[in-house]
Amino acid sequence: MIDLSRRRILFGGAALGAGALLTACTSNTPQENTQVNTGNEEANPNAAPGQKVIIGFSAPAADHGWIAAITNNAKAQAAAYSDVELKAVEAGADAATQRAALATLISQKPNVLVMLPHDGKELNAVGLEAMRAGIPVVNLDRAFPDRAAYRLQIKGDNFGMGIAAGTYIAEQLKAKNVANPIIGEIPGIDSLELTQERSKGFVAALASFGFKVANRRPADFTADGGQKAATDLLQALPKMDALWNHDDDQGIGVLAAINQASRKDFFMVGGAGSKAAIDAISAGNSVLQATVTYSPSMASSAISLARLIGQNKGMSDLVELQVPKEITLASETITKENAAKYAKLGF
Amino acid sequence: MTDQTTKASLPAQSPPVESPPPGKRRSPSDWFKGDGAEPLRRNLGLIGVLVVLVIIGAVTRPELYGDATWVKNNTFTILQQASAIGVVTVGMTFVIIGGGIDLSVGAIIAVAGVWSTTLATQSYGTLGMIFTAIVVGIVVGLINGVLISYGRLVPFIATLAMMVAARGVAAQISGKQTQVSANTTINDIASTRPLGIPLLVYILALVVAAGWVLLNRTTFGRRTVAVGGNPEAARLAGINVKFHTVLLYALSGLCCGIAAIMLTSQATSAQAAMANLYELDAIAAAIIGGTLLSGGRGTIIGALFGVLVFSTITNLFAINNLSTEAQNMVKGGIIVAAVLVQQFRFRSLTQLLGRKPVS
Repeated sequence: MIDLSRRRILFGGAALGAGALLTACTSNTPQENTQVNTGNEEANPNAAPGQKVIIGFSAPAADHGWIAAITNNAKAQAAAYSDVELKAVEAGADAATQRAALATLISQKPNVLVMLPHDGKELNAVGLEAMRAGIPVVNLDRAFPDRAAYRLQIKGDNFGMGIAAGTYIAEQLKAKNVANPIIGEIPGIDSLELTQERSKGFVAALASFGFKVANRRPADFTADGGQKAATDLLQALPKMDALWNHDDDQGIGVLAAINQASRKDFFMVGGAGSKAAIDAISAGNSVLQATVTYSPSMASSAISLARLIGQNKGMSDLVELQVPKEITLASETITKENAAKYAKLGF
Repeated sequence: MTDQTTKASLPAQSPPVESPPPGKRRSPSDWFKGDGAEPLRRNLGLIGVLVVLVIIGAVTRPELYGDATWVKNNTFTILQQASAIGVVTVGMTFVIIGGGIDLSVGAIIAVAGVWSTTLATQSYGTLGMIFTAIVVGIVVGLINGVLISYGRLVPFIATLAMMVAARGVAAQISGKQTQVSANTTINDIASTRPLGIPLLVYILALVVAAGWVLLNRTTFGRRTVAVGGNPEAARLAGINVKFHTVLLYALSGLCCGIAAIMLTSQATSAQAAMANLYELDAIAAAIIGGTLLSGGRGTIIGALFGVLVFSTITNLFAINNLSTEAQNMVKGGIIVAAVLVQQFRFRSLTQLLGRKPVS
C-alpha cells in the first residue's frame, strides 16, 4: 500500500536530516555564575568545619532567571561547606505541590529547613509544623504571617528598592536642573504584591522631590513582555527624562525596544542586578545608568545562616550568641562608579 | 461559510437581485450590495471599531495626534506590535476554520524561540537559527496533528497537553534562563525599516497575503473550509480529512516558528515564558474577525482586523496612561460586542439586501 515515490523518499530524507541537525542544536552549555561566600578560616572562626548539618531546601520551579539563581546559589553555597549536606526538593508549580514536597522533606528529619515558599500565607502551616517538630525554619524572601512559623527570615526590600530607584532618578534630575521631568515606569507582573510595594516606594521617593510618574506600562518579567511595554511607553512619551524598569531580565527587552526606537533622550535605572545589566552599566554605552539590587545572593546567605543555626553558633561580628530572627537586605544602587565591586554579585 | 463557498456549492441559490437590471448603470450602492464588496461588508463592524478607537485617541491626546510624524510612527508601532501575534493568528484561523483549536501556540513559540537561541544553534548562524525555529514549529505542530487525527484526541485536550509539555521542554532546554541572542542579523530584523516601513510589518503583510491566497484560491483552502464545515461530508467527497487536519496543525506550527523568530528579534532574546497567553489573543482575534469557533467559516482579513483592534486598544490605553486592568475589561467587552454585532448584522443586513441568510 505504501507508495514509495521519489517525492516521498526525498521528503523523508529531508525530515531525517532536519532532525539530525536539530538534535545537534540542543546542547546548551549553561553559563552558571553563582554568588557564594568562600570564607577564609583565619579571619572568621565560623568558617572552620564544625558539626555536620543536614539542610533541607525547597524553592519553586523557576521560569525566571532570579528564581533559577536562588536555587543555584543555595546549591553552590552548600557545596562550599564540607560540613553541610543539602537535600533539595523542587517545589513544582504551585503551593499544594510544594506542601507535599515539604512533607517528604520534613519526614527525612533535616537539621534545618530553608524554603522559598510559593506563597508565605499558604505555606505558613508547613512552617509551623516543622518548627513544632523541632526543625528550625529559614524563610527565604516570602514572609510567613505567623512569627512562630520561622526561626529566621531573610528577605529583600521591595519598598526600599522603589525608594532607591526613585531617589537616584530624582537626584540625577535635580543635578541636571530639569524642571518638570517626565518619568516613565515599567513594572513587572502588576497583580503581585511585590510589584505594588516597589511602585509605592518609587512614587513615595519621587513625591519627596515633587516629581511624579508620567506613564506606567506593566510587563510580565519576560524579555518579550518588556519589549512590548517599552515600545508602548516610548510611543506614549515622545519626550522622556528618566525610566525605571523593575526587573533586569525583562530589561533585555526594554533595552531592545529603546534601541529599535533609536531613543537616547533619557536615562534608565534597572532592578534586581543581573550580570548583563551590571556589565552594561560599567560599559556605559547604553541608556542604562544604574540598577537597584534585589539580589538572589540572599539564598547563599540563607544557607550560611542555616548552617550556623544548625551548629548553634551566632554571627561572629555580633554580640548575640544566636543568629538574629529577621534580616532585610538593603537595596543597593549600582552605578558606573561601583559596578566593578558588584560584578561578582550579578546573576 | 465564505462568499466563495456560497458561489461554489450553492450556485442555484444565488438570487437574481444581485446583478443590476439591464439598461441601468451600476451605482455605488449596487456595488456595495454585490459580491465584490462582501469582505468590506463583513468587516464593516471592525473597521468601525478601529475608526472609533483612532478618534478617541485623537480627542484625548490632540497634542500627539497633531504631529504628523508622530501619527506615522504610531501607525507603524501599532502594526509592529501586531506583527508576531498576527502571524500566529493566521495559522490559528486555518486551524479553527478546519474545525479544531490550537491552545499550544504560545508554548510552540517558546520552544522554537528557546531552541533557536541555544548557544549551539547560534553557532550555526542566522540561517541555522531561522531553520531551527521553523522546523521545531512545524514538528510540534505535526505532533499535535497526528495526536488529533490518528490518536483521536479531542483538539482541545491534545493541544492543552502540548501547551504544558512544550513549555516544560522550553524550560528544560533553556535551564530557566533568558537566552540572549548574540546574532546581530536576527536582532536587526526588528529595527530594519526598508522604505521607512518596519521589516516586521512586511513579514506580517506577506504571511497575511499568503494565508489569504491559500484559503481562498487553492484546493487546500477550500478543503479546509469543507473539513471544518462537515467532516463526514468532506470524507465522503474524497478528502483525506485526517491527513488534512495534520497539515493544518503543521501550518499553525509553521506560523509559530516564524513568530518565534520575530519575537526573538524584538526582544533580542528568548525564554521559556515568552509569548505568554498568545493562544488566547490569537483565538480572540480570529473570533472577533468572524471565524466560527465550530469551524467551516472564517476569513484571514477579518482575523487581521481582529489583531489590529487589540493592538490599537493597547496603544490607546498606553498613550492615555490608563491601567492594564481597565484595558483587559474593555478587551473582553469588545470580544462579546463584536460577536453580538456580527450575529445581528448577518441576519438583518442580508435580509435587508434581499438575500437569503448565509448560515
